[in-house]
Amino acid sequence: MSLDQLAPASTAGVEGRSPSAMAWERIKHDRTAWISGGVIFFFLIIGIIAPLFQRILHTSPNSFHPEALDEAMGAMPIGHFGGISSTHWFGVEPRTGRDILLRFVFGARTSLSIALTATLVATVIGVVVGLLSGFFGGKIDQVLSRMMEIVLAFPSILFALAITPVLENVLESSGLPKGNATRIPVMIMVISTFGWPYIARIVRGQVISMREREFVDAARALGATRLHLVFKQILPNLWAPILVTVALNIPSFITQEAALTFLGAGVIEPTSDWGSMLLASVPFYSVDPMYTFIPGFALFLLVLAFNLLGDSVRDALDPKSSR
Amino acid sequence: MFRYLVRRVIGGGLVLIIVSMVVFGLFYVLPADPARLACGKACTPELIAEIRHTLELDQPLTIQYGRFAEGILVGRTYLKGSTAQLNCPAPCLGYSYDTDELVTNLLKDRAPATLSIALGASILFLLVGLASGIISALRRGKWIDKFSQGVALTGASLQIYFVALILQFIFVDKLQWLHTPGYVSPFTSVSQWVTGMALPWLTLAFLLSAIYARLTRAGMLEVMSEDYIRTARAKGLTLRRINFKHVLRSAITPIVTVFGLDLGQLLGGAVITEYVFNIPGLGRLATEAVSNVDLPVIVGTVMLAAVFIVIANIVVDLLYMVLDPKVRLS
Repeated sequence: MSLDQLAPASTAGVEGRSPSAMAWERIKHDRTAWISGGVIFFFLIIGIIAPLFQRILHTSPNSFHPEALDEAMGAMPIGHFGGISSTHWFGVEPRTGRDILLRFVFGARTSLSIALTATLVATVIGVVVGLLSGFFGGKIDQVLSRMMEIVLAFPSILFALAITPVLENVLESSGLPKGNATRIPVMIMVISTFGWPYIARIVRGQVISMREREFVDAARALGATRLHLVFKQILPNLWAPILVTVALNIPSFITQEAALTFLGAGVIEPTSDWGSMLLASVPFYSVDPMYTFIPGFALFLLVLAFNLLGDSVRDALDPKSSR
Repeated sequence: MFRYLVRRVIGGGLVLIIVSMVVFGLFYVLPADPARLACGKACTPELIAEIRHTLELDQPLTIQYGRFAEGILVGRTYLKGSTAQLNCPAPCLGYSYDTDELVTNLLKDRAPATLSIALGASILFLLVGLASGIISALRRGKWIDKFSQGVALTGASLQIYFVALILQFIFVDKLQWLHTPGYVSPFTSVSQWVTGMALPWLTLAFLLSAIYARLTRAGMLEVMSEDYIRTARAKGLTLRRINFKHVLRSAITPIVTVFGLDLGQLLGGAVITEYVFNIPGLGRLATEAVSNVDLPVIVGTVMLAAVFIVIANIVVDLLYMVLDPKVRLS
């Protein structure tokens, strides 16, 4: 893409453009970014309007439909491709006859809201720890860096799996109700606990290279407090690397959420979730492959879209990086 | 070099001590009633009282942790009931409340299956990843590069359990080329070992080689644009020599790091793979222990996995020194 293409259309004088405006220009011309952004938007929307599907289909994600099952065949769905029909667009679940489309859209809701909340929590912790560790250096840095090292030394999936019942026990004994009201906060805690060091490490490196720059010195000479330097001077200059790190980390958060649920340490039935749909489909994968395929392929598409969008955002914000 | 090694081993030991404290704290101190939690599902008040007694939960925390650490280092003896004793030699991680077996024995039973998965898969994904990354970098922009990058991106976006089920559907249920995966010791039958492990290996190789292909490609392209490569070319070295002796050599260091950490993680239990294919390894042991809330077994699997990760870290650092003169001299 030549520079002329990127130049603003107006000829009224030379206008300075901020780095973010330039990055936006680049993203605007990136077809991959648009398509992957569209896929993500689509999944977000179906999650948000999930209750609407319930109205259209006149059933709920948890109601049983024995009429769609063939009792003689071991309660498998009637019809091809897992019972796809005009009443059940994605077919029905074997044994129970629950509508898969509804479980799918409500599952998008659970999966995405847990993964995105965990991303947010991990990002906030990671950014704060990275900023403090990089800016103050010395003892603070040593302690915080050691902490990151120790968290990374834990076998993450195994530990996440193991710690879930314990944390649940602690939260329940402190008065939270049993079930998903406790389980979901526990999942968010666990996923973000293992996610923040990756973000903190990158932020720390960026801060170290930035804290000796002239504009920080200037602010310091003007008598700015250290908190002002960290959060008002340095942080605003870091949003690009932070955005890139977060964009590239979201897929792994989504994957972990589904994996935890798949292994049985996640969202509890009957609440729907893509990971639990996959888990529920395992006994039937050879007779009703469609049931496995729908949530599995959707997860693949979503993670792929986030990966591609992350790459695009990185390329737009950091033009030096070559693919 | 030797001093560095000693320092790294001591550092690794410290990390393990902290990990053991965290694990101890999380599983034995934090819960409202650890004995109740340790007791599992089939629990009676007598059993709780017994566990509280054998775990010495009435003692102060420092003594409790001391006994826990003592068990690992020199072994300990548990009082079972009022008279019976259970001898637990070092490294003692307690005994399972579910099966009454020593945790160390359970770990020993399950280790071979995990070792088989980890070694076979890692050889496969390292070779495939490196090869496709090298070809991609050397044929940058050509169709084979685009194809292998597409495969890598697909692999990086797929889930282990999804791929596992698809492969099992194709190769076991439809084509019937393979039996349902399972573990047979290679000392019993090599061919059964290979056919039983083939799907876990393929699944992990497909997903993980993607990362190596991307890393190799990016690393090699970066090195190729360095001045010293132009110099090497200008002084007339063959392309083959430049690519393998100079480019790959520099590009391989970050790959060694990732490989070491992946292998360390896998040795601690390929949790999801073992779960889907129902292979009796360490990861499967951990998932079983979690669903039975069998605390000592959970602690044991987590500790063992942490040991593997710490060792992998040390080995990676040492390899780094061998591979990268800059690290060696600083």
